[in-house]
Amino acid sequence: MKTKLAYLLLLALLLVAPFLVYPVFLMKLLCFALFASAFNLILGYGGLLSFGHAAFFGGAGYFTGHALKVWGLPTELGILAGALGAALMGLAIGQLAIRRHGIYFAMITLAMAQMAYFLFVTSSFTGGENGLQGIPRGTALGLFDLQNNLTLYYFVLAICALGIGLIARTVRSPFGQVLAAIRDNENRARSLGYDIERYKLLAFVLSAGLAGLAGATKTVVFQLASLTDVHWHMSGEVVLMTLLGGLGTLAGPAVGAGVIVTLQNYLASGPLSAWVPVVLGVIFVICVLAFRRGIVGELRALIRNSF
Amino acid sequence: MLTDLLGIPPQVLFGQLLLGLINGAFYAVLSLGLAVIFGLLNIVNFSHGALYMLGAFATLALVQFFGIGYWGALVLAPLMVGALGIVIERLLLRRLVGVDHLYGLLLTFGLALVIEGTFVKLFGASGIPYAAPAALSGGVNLGFMFLPWYRAWVVLASVVVCLATWLLFERTKIGAYLRAGTENPKLLQAFGVNVPMLTTLAYGYGVALAAFAGVLAAPITQVNPLMGSNLIIVVFAVVVIGGMGSIIGAIVTGLAMGMIEGLTKVFWPEASATVIFLVMAIVLILRPAGLFGKTA
Amino acid sequence: MKLFNTLAASASALALLASGASAEISGGSVKIGLLTDMSGTYSDLAGPGTIAAAEMAIEEFGGKVAGAPVELVSADHQNKADIAANTAREWGDTGQVDAFAELVTTSVAMAVFEVAKQQNKIALVSGAATSALTNDACIPTGLHWTYNTRAQAVGTGASIVAEGGDSWYFLTADYAFGEALQKDVSKVVEAAGGTVVGAAKHPFPASDFSSFMLQAQASGAKVIGLANAGNDTINAIKAAKEFGIVDAGQKIAGLLVFLSDIHALGLETAQGMQMTVSFYWDRTDATREWSKRFYDRTGKMPTGVQAGTYSSVLHYLKAIEATGSDDTDTVLAKMRELPVNDIFAENGVLRSDGRMVHDMYLAEVKSPADSSQPWDYLKIVRTIPGEEAFGPLSESTCPTK
Repeated sequence: MKTKLAYLLLLALLLVAPFLVYPVFLMKLLCFALFASAFNLILGYGGLLSFGHAAFFGGAGYFTGHALKVWGLPTELGILAGALGAALMGLAIGQLAIRRHGIYFAMITLAMAQMAYFLFVTSSFTGGENGLQGIPRGTALGLFDLQNNLTLYYFVLAICALGIGLIARTVRSPFGQVLAAIRDNENRARSLGYDIERYKLLAFVLSAGLAGLAGATKTVVFQLASLTDVHWHMSGEVVLMTLLGGLGTLAGPAVGAGVIVTLQNYLASGPLSAWVPVVLGVIFVICVLAFRRGIVGELRALIRNSF
Repeated sequence: MLTDLLGIPPQVLFGQLLLGLINGAFYAVLSLGLAVIFGLLNIVNFSHGALYMLGAFATLALVQFFGIGYWGALVLAPLMVGALGIVIERLLLRRLVGVDHLYGLLLTFGLALVIEGTFVKLFGASGIPYAAPAALSGGVNLGFMFLPWYRAWVVLASVVVCLATWLLFERTKIGAYLRAGTENPKLLQAFGVNVPMLTTLAYGYGVALAAFAGVLAAPITQVNPLMGSNLIIVVFAVVVIGGMGSIIGAIVTGLAMGMIEGLTKVFWPEASATVIFLVMAIVLILRPAGLFGKTA
Repeated sequence: MKLFNTLAASASALALLASGASAEISGGSVKIGLLTDMSGTYSDLAGPGTIAAAEMAIEEFGGKVAGAPVELVSADHQNKADIAANTAREWGDTGQVDAFAELVTTSVAMAVFEVAKQQNKIALVSGAATSALTNDACIPTGLHWTYNTRAQAVGTGASIVAEGGDSWYFLTADYAFGEALQKDVSKVVEAAGGTVVGAAKHPFPASDFSSFMLQAQASGAKVIGLANAGNDTINAIKAAKEFGIVDAGQKIAGLLVFLSDIHALGLETAQGMQMTVSFYWDRTDATREWSKRFYDRTGKMPTGVQAGTYSSVLHYLKAIEATGSDDTDTVLAKMRELPVNDIFAENGVLRSDGRMVHDMYLAEVKSPADSSQPWDYLKIVRTIPGEEAFGPLSESTCPTK
């Protein structure tokens, strides 16, 4: 009952939010919440630290941008194309990366994402350094004009809610349970007869696809796709969001994304604008040293201890 | 001539190979540092690129503000940055003993952001020019290309340092301890060797190697806060290709990857930025542990 | 969904009502949003100096036009189109910014053009160079002030070919600006009877040019054209020196060189180089007087981009003063009607494709012996009439001209 109330409250808040806050900022927040949640699927629930998720996030942006601008697809299909492209990239990179564990996995995903970055820089369809600009927002279901920020906000809200909902379902499904079992003890899961490589790969592809969904949606919001989103700094940022919010918690990544994006936005307009990377780095160090459960994880522990 | 048959003038081929070798020298010194650190701490030092940059800035400061010449900086800058490394290890990394090694990667990533961000703020993202030492200005005409003395010196100095490190590990008592620490730290501790001290020293040494590469790079690339940030990822790929286990693997792979990159610039210029990652993918398929790694 | 559309419409209607209360100046003030590269490759040629220049223009009006205060907001776009577009969009949506200024880096200018077009706001481009901004990529409210790649090509390219440098190899910054510059110079070179033997694209920004220099050397071209700018140009010139390229007889041609680059390179390295400039501080009494004031503020003599930013903001404010309104179409019409007369341009004309046509200058870098005081770097060799530099309006492929 209590959780139901909380969800209703959250929904109400999200519905009125664009009347109080600049909607484009809110949409950015939502996209990153979905991105971090997708990332959490592979790190928090799969125990695999991918340092290359920017490739899926930004890559999907390019695919969607191309689909909308050059092919003239309807907005929904364009976003879907981006997510699908990201999932395919996830399949290719995942095949290679799951051959190794731990640190090697992180380094391989990082290197493969960097390779993708260079490919994006040099291919003509991405516009290289210029990026893709003037991507049309189009209409939702051919009815609602997405050029209007408010209409677009509800469209983005629906996509992100669907995406995060899918992640919540996955985590609670038998598939999610097996994934957690593999994370906690790979050998035991293997001896129970699970084909752990397939599980890991599937989780990786799903995570890549959903990260792509987030990137594709962001492209529609900002009407551009650029190298910033495929750069490895973006991969680091999403790790930070997830870590700060709380690894392996459902709400954590969204909370972490909210904090980081708000912070970036707030700092960017103040005198501290040049210090954004430093602030992020300091948060990173503090999280790792003293705060490994993240905001949601610590809160949960606090509640558990006090009752 | 074979090269003429392929329509490539030999001067281009040899020239790019030589430039590749120079880049390879940087890869070798940097991946060697990573290998030393990984051996004892089991972490991938993500701040390696930032510390490499610090080496270059330390050189700049020593030469331009303290009047200590290039040669003094060549020794002092790695010592200074190495000392900073020891502080980082003692204050921060030490706290992560017993935690998943991935947190070490994340911690050093955060450190890299802090160091690079601070320097961008202080010095701007564009480079600060810095001239090669007078004794090494000019160059020699090799027939196929004009080789500046300084670039020849980079290769020479790197190879010497790499070999010295290799000898240190393979031929000395400290080296034996270090290798033993990699294999079985608990047993070594039981024998009365101060393993935490050894770990600290190893980190300091690995970091000093990064700074040394930074000193060498200062006159070639502009001294720039982000000079190590993209380089380090290529070096990660080099490390994956070579396999984390061996000192000699890091050196050989580093030099070889530089040359392969140089060759690619001649035959398939568009792929020169990605070729090392391609090699990495192929190696992972054929030999997941890397060329010199022990198959786990 | 429909409900929300209605809600949105009524909310914006309310906002309109609120702002309509003040007279002809929307929001009660004129707000100029300046986007530039504050710390990167182009920060010396544009950067903080353009903010100072814009402030000087505003101060000339005593900080007020048509009775309303003038505000300047600025941000660092880090040469990234996405940062620029997002900032511009937010400024336009929430900050009531009336015009965007400076916009160095072609990709930034193009991204902000998209926003300016949607929001119907004026974009005063100074730093971005591609001539596409007043051709295929033009927008009705986009004004290109200082120079463009075509003008640079006409000045430097033609004069080098005339001196016998008739075979070219390009080192090109791998983004829209580099490509545009290479294309425009190639056209001029070929029209003058020269040939282009090849080109190498380098990443932007690049730090080590050795491998590209080697390719340029192997091409055997007489001239190595640098289709880049800022630090890239400086680094390339240095690499050419390090690898003995100049001593071996090939000529390096910087196609977009600024006073700040000469300052960084030093006269010893740069002497004898020809460059096309839109502005030089030591040209007339008026330019000397203004530049002196600029120097007192910033410690540097102005580049063309900085002087151009001053001129564009000044002209924008003049039009508001004259019409008493900051409505985009009204101001734009007035800006086109008034000739541009200030320290930057004499009888400059703002064309319907957005091009501000003014004279350009071919200059030669002095030798250390000829330089009599600090910043005494250039000798004007020739004045290139505006029409020759920028071409006639009929040549423009801008669809809305």
